[in-house]
Amino acid sequence: MKVLVPVKRVIDYNVKVRVKADGSGVDLANVKMSVNPFDEIAVEEAIRLKEAGKADEIVVVSIGVKQAQETLRTALAMGADRAILVNAADDVHTDIEPLAVAKILAKVIEEEDPGLVLAGKQAIDNDMNATGQMLSALLGWSQGTFASELDIDGDKAVVTREVDGGLQTIKVNLPAVVTVDLRLNEPRYASLPNIMKAKKKPLDEKTAADYGVDTSPRLEVVKTTEPATRAAGIIVGSVDELVSKLKEAGAV
Amino acid sequence: MAVLLLAEVNNGELALDATAKAVTAARAMGDVTVLAAGASAAAAGEAAAKIDGVAKVLVAEDASLGHRMAEPTAALIVSLAGDYSHIVAPATTDAKNVMPRVAALLDVMVISDASGVVDADTFERPIYAGNAVQTVKSLDTTKVITFRTSTFDAAGEGGSAAVETVSAAADPGLSSWVEDKVAASDRPELTSAGVVVSGGRGVGSEEDFALIEKLADKLGAAVGASRAAVDSGYAPNDWQVGQTGKVVAPELYVAVGISGAIQHLAGMKDSKIIVAINKDEEAPIFQVADFGLVADLFEAVPALTDAL
Repeated sequence: MKVLVPVKRVIDYNVKVRVKADGSGVDLANVKMSVNPFDEIAVEEAIRLKEAGKADEIVVVSIGVKQAQETLRTALAMGADRAILVNAADDVHTDIEPLAVAKILAKVIEEEDPGLVLAGKQAIDNDMNATGQMLSALLGWSQGTFASELDIDGDKAVVTREVDGGLQTIKVNLPAVVTVDLRLNEPRYASLPNIMKAKKKPLDEKTAADYGVDTSPRLEVVKTTEPATRAAGIIVGSVDELVSKLKEAGAV
Repeated sequence: MAVLLLAEVNNGELALDATAKAVTAARAMGDVTVLAAGASAAAAGEAAAKIDGVAKVLVAEDASLGHRMAEPTAALIVSLAGDYSHIVAPATTDAKNVMPRVAALLDVMVISDASGVVDADTFERPIYAGNAVQTVKSLDTTKVITFRTSTFDAAGEGGSAAVETVSAAADPGLSSWVEDKVAASDRPELTSAGVVVSGGRGVGSEEDFALIEKLADKLGAAVGASRAAVDSGYAPNDWQVGQTGKVVAPELYVAVGISGAIQHLAGMKDSKIIVAINKDEEAPIFQVADFGLVADLFEAVPALTDAL
């Protein structure tokens, strides 16, 4: 079975996000970028499926700016077999919306015919949590979102999902789109030899136009602002003072 | 304009708080029709009809809708979509599972986790784990939106909407339910609790989380945890408060041994009163706390539990 994993280039998890003063967005120039952490978990899971003999090829796909090559190389160094970069924007600040990404992925999938798509549940930049579900809808496939456990059982996948209040286990027909949550696995670090090897792995470049997909946004970004800050509170000296302050405020 | 609102229904029962908060958000955009779907949903529909501001309730009962499976639920919503300008839901895990699927089937974008309504086309939503707020204007004919419940007050009771039944769409038969593992607890549900007591890495062990639970029980509170505490195995994942866990906005939030990582703050900073107990006076949690106590939690928490 071939596994396809979409990966997104996003601001590094540890970088402090700075909102531009003119309200036009978040400053991404000269900022460290990395693989979206949820996508890294998806890549890791695909590699584990391959190691367990349940997958035979892993194709990683990124849609965005040409710099996403680095993102794909990271996934190749972890253990993916080949990569497809779909150039869809020139400016690093352009965020291709999940609907357009899902449409391009659906076209890639028509050509690649994978048995499973493993995707991160959301990207840590736009926090939309939508691409996997949208892709599944466009393909008419089943979906298993927010997976914390995944098992392939013949022509079905058993997915344990992290839901409000606990866990839900479902069985989905393959091919399926499964989106992964934090606790599914801990992604490996790429070793130096594997990073060197990854440079020689195939990376195809395409454009959104090659797939005939219109990527113009459906949501016009009016402005981006800093979140409201809370007024500073007070430091109390003791538990008793805390209790009396809480009583004064009517909180207990 | 008309709004279709997917009610949160669990095992035939309406999650009133989440649904009533979404009603508040939805009312700004037009007449609200609530859809209660499930293997049994009539009682949930009756309960939704009593929410103030609901104009109509649709009840869809079918075995295929029994476990909030995405494919049949999305097919049902799409079959009803033609009558509505907005299709909305509270941003629960169920809705986040279903609504993007609905949007793609309608060839529109989804607006996830909206925290504010500017006008019928324009919405605010947190991005970058709550480090920025984006205002987006939808250019789509049908708007599909999930609302972050913590930023809306629940609509009151007193409505008496008409209830109609609708048929489920054909089940695509793509998936089947196996089991639910719901954490059984006598405590209030985390996202709707009036008081939340959360512990962080500073608590130090699963055993010592009992201190947090005792304080919570004294306050009639739900128990939460930071991601660091969950990742360290001190607390189960469904207790996690934060951008990648649950977003809460109780009347009182008590953060114990939590440093206040940005991703945790994103999940609780809309709480009305925030109390922080931490031995590190430099901890960022104190910057959002109304009342901060710099103290060893192993002394302060039992003392606080006794004093209340």
